[in-house]
Amino acid sequence: MKIIVLMKEVPDTYGERKLDPETGIADRAASDAVLDEINERALEFALAHADRNPDTEVVVLTMAPDSATASLRKGLAMGAHSAVHIADPAIVGADYGVTAEVLSAAITRLGFDLVIAGNQSTDGASGILPAMIAETLDLPQLTNLTEISLDDSIVRGTRATDEGVMTVSAALPAVISVTEALAEARFPSFKGILAAKKKPYEMISLSDLNITIDDLSVPRSILIAVAEKPPRQAGVKVDDQGDAGQLIAEFLISNLLA
Amino acid sequence: MTDFASDSILVLVTVTNDGQLATSAAGLLAAATSVGTPIALVVATPEQAVGAAAEAARLGATTVIVVEDARVSSVLSVPIVDALCLAWDLMNPDAVLIANSIEGRDVAGRVAARRRSSLAADAVGVSRDDEGVLVHHSVYGGSYDILSATSTGSIVVTVRMGAITAHAEPQPLVIERLRHAPSNKSAATIESFTPAPAQSSRPELRGAATVVSGGRGLGSLANFALVEQLADSLGAAIGASRAAVDAGYVQQSCQVGQTGVSVSPQLYIALGISGAIQHRAGMQTAKTIVAINKDADAPIFDIADFGVVGDVFTVVPQLIEALEAKKKQ
Ligand SMILES: Cc1cc2nc3c(=O)[nH]c(=O)nc-3n(C[C@H](O)[C@H](O)[C@H](O)COP(=O)(O)OP(=O)(O)OC[C@H]3O[C@@H](n4cnc5c(N)ncnc54)[C@H](O)[C@@H]3O)c2cc1C
Ligand SMILES: Nc1ncnc2c1ncn2[C@@H]1O[C@H](COP(=O)(O)O)[C@@H](O)[C@H]1O
Repeated sequence: MKIIVLMKEVPDTYGERKLDPETGIADRAASDAVLDEINERALEFALAHADRNPDTEVVVLTMAPDSATASLRKGLAMGAHSAVHIADPAIVGADYGVTAEVLSAAITRLGFDLVIAGNQSTDGASGILPAMIAETLDLPQLTNLTEISLDDSIVRGTRATDEGVMTVSAALPAVISVTEALAEARFPSFKGILAAKKKPYEMISLSDLNITIDDLSVPRSILIAVAEKPPRQAGVKVDDQGDAGQLIAEFLISNLLA
Repeated sequence: MTDFASDSILVLVTVTNDGQLATSAAGLLAAATSVGTPIALVVATPEQAVGAAAEAARLGATTVIVVEDARVSSVLSVPIVDALCLAWDLMNPDAVLIANSIEGRDVAGRVAARRRSSLAADAVGVSRDDEGVLVHHSVYGGSYDILSATSTGSIVVTVRMGAITAHAEPQPLVIERLRHAPSNKSAATIESFTPAPAQSSRPELRGAATVVSGGRGLGSLANFALVEQLADSLGAAIGASRAAVDAGYVQQSCQVGQTGVSVSPQLYIALGISGAIQHRAGMQTAKTIVAINKDADAPIFDIADFGVVGDVFTVVPQLIEALEAKKKQ
């Protein structure tokens, strides 16, 4: 079984995140870049499957600037067998359409039985890409899975939706996305970090995928304006002297909130 | 066959398992009405279609396109995507509005990929200028407002649930039935579905005017009842931190924050929540924030309008008592 895990590098949610006021693109210099936590959980699922099924091959795939190498290498250090990194000056600020097209082409080139993504990336909170890739490659998508069972031919999972809980299944190949209900990721071991240095790490560009994205007739998302909002200020802070419950009630009532 | 207005906005209204429209429908139709002629699409089993269409008209749809397809309960997303593309080709809409729900995202992604259109995700509003539809986003926990559009063609927009509270005027029911044209694209099979337990009398977290949230500081599932009591006293929805969800005090759908729900209520009360940056990302746009925490250095106090350094187990019961006393006056 060959599993491709889609990895995205994002601004660390623990830091202050900034957007470039001109382009609206993440200001990479302003905050640390890390692998999105949800992608580490997705990789953990793939690696745990590989632990139980030694004929499993796990490839980590990203579309990101050159600088994302360290993040993708972390995936190798955790245990992925190889990494593919699509980097190209043309894809800076790519919209969903471009991202889906490029990742789909790379996925096809690699060959696969299962593609695993995170349910949503923390810098976009869109959760769009897995379905776009599924449509582009004519695959079933099973998104937002909280539990997964996988064998050689079928993937089945429990899916939390806004209306209830669903059991879904599909024959492989398929695209799935996972939620943070899945197990936290393992830490890379020292041995893993050393081994990662010898693992295949392929950098590819759009021309390797035979893709050009400069056709102006193709609709693209464009940014019209970006405005930073002033940070919120702290208000009153009181130590409870035995009457704090009463004070909050008065505050709420005087502000017509209760 | 109806002629569709040149400023048509196609709105996917979701029909829930029991034949009702999802609560997101009202906001979507109000948003569509503000920028063009709102046309709703209902994809449902034959038994549910007419009732759902009538509801869509009541919420402002000038025309309701109905596609009956029994596969909606057994095949994931693709029947809805097929119907949406059929409706799209009829009217060539300026925009397609879809709820940013778990189901909505998948449909939006597939439709945008199939039609090769632009896609704008997690919108909090739409507007229009001379060039077309503009999409408003609030990103990085409300720190930035962004305006986006499409370079050309129609745009698919997923709209954050609860972000639009406006309602459109009811319209007379005009139904346009379309014969389904299945694409036979590969899709997952829905093997079973268990609806979430019927909503209590509490408001939904998304869009609620008041939210009371509890964190790890509540200490146990049993103690989390304190959050519920305060919520009920205020007629509020219940929220939680990820730590409270992870500890099993409350179900995941209550999680507020980066990887949970984003809320902008009039009042947000945080109980035993430290105010980690990922939690704040989901609530710092609330109008008024009240926090109770034992730790005077908890970061939640940096954004609280009224902060109490104290123990939730003494402060909250007193607060509830004072609120109940006020009600009796
Ligand atoms: C990628 C990513 C996404 C995340 N997404 C989210 C998210 O969506 N939502 C979210 O909430 N978190 C999220 N987190 C987790 C976040 O970093 C914090 O771990 C979490 O918010 C902490 O929850 P908490 O405040 O309940 O717990 P803690 O940080 O443990 O805080 C508990 C607080 O309770 C106080 N307390 C204890 N006892 C009492 C008492 N008796 N009375 C009063 N106060 C008391 C303590 O002083 C403390 O401040 C995410 C993290 C990552 C990495
Ligand atoms: N540039 C990218 N490279 C690789 N995977 C990505 C990229 N963007 C998104 N993904 C994957 O798609 C998931 C959902 O992303 P999104 O649709 O942006 O919320 C992420 O968790 C990743 O698994």
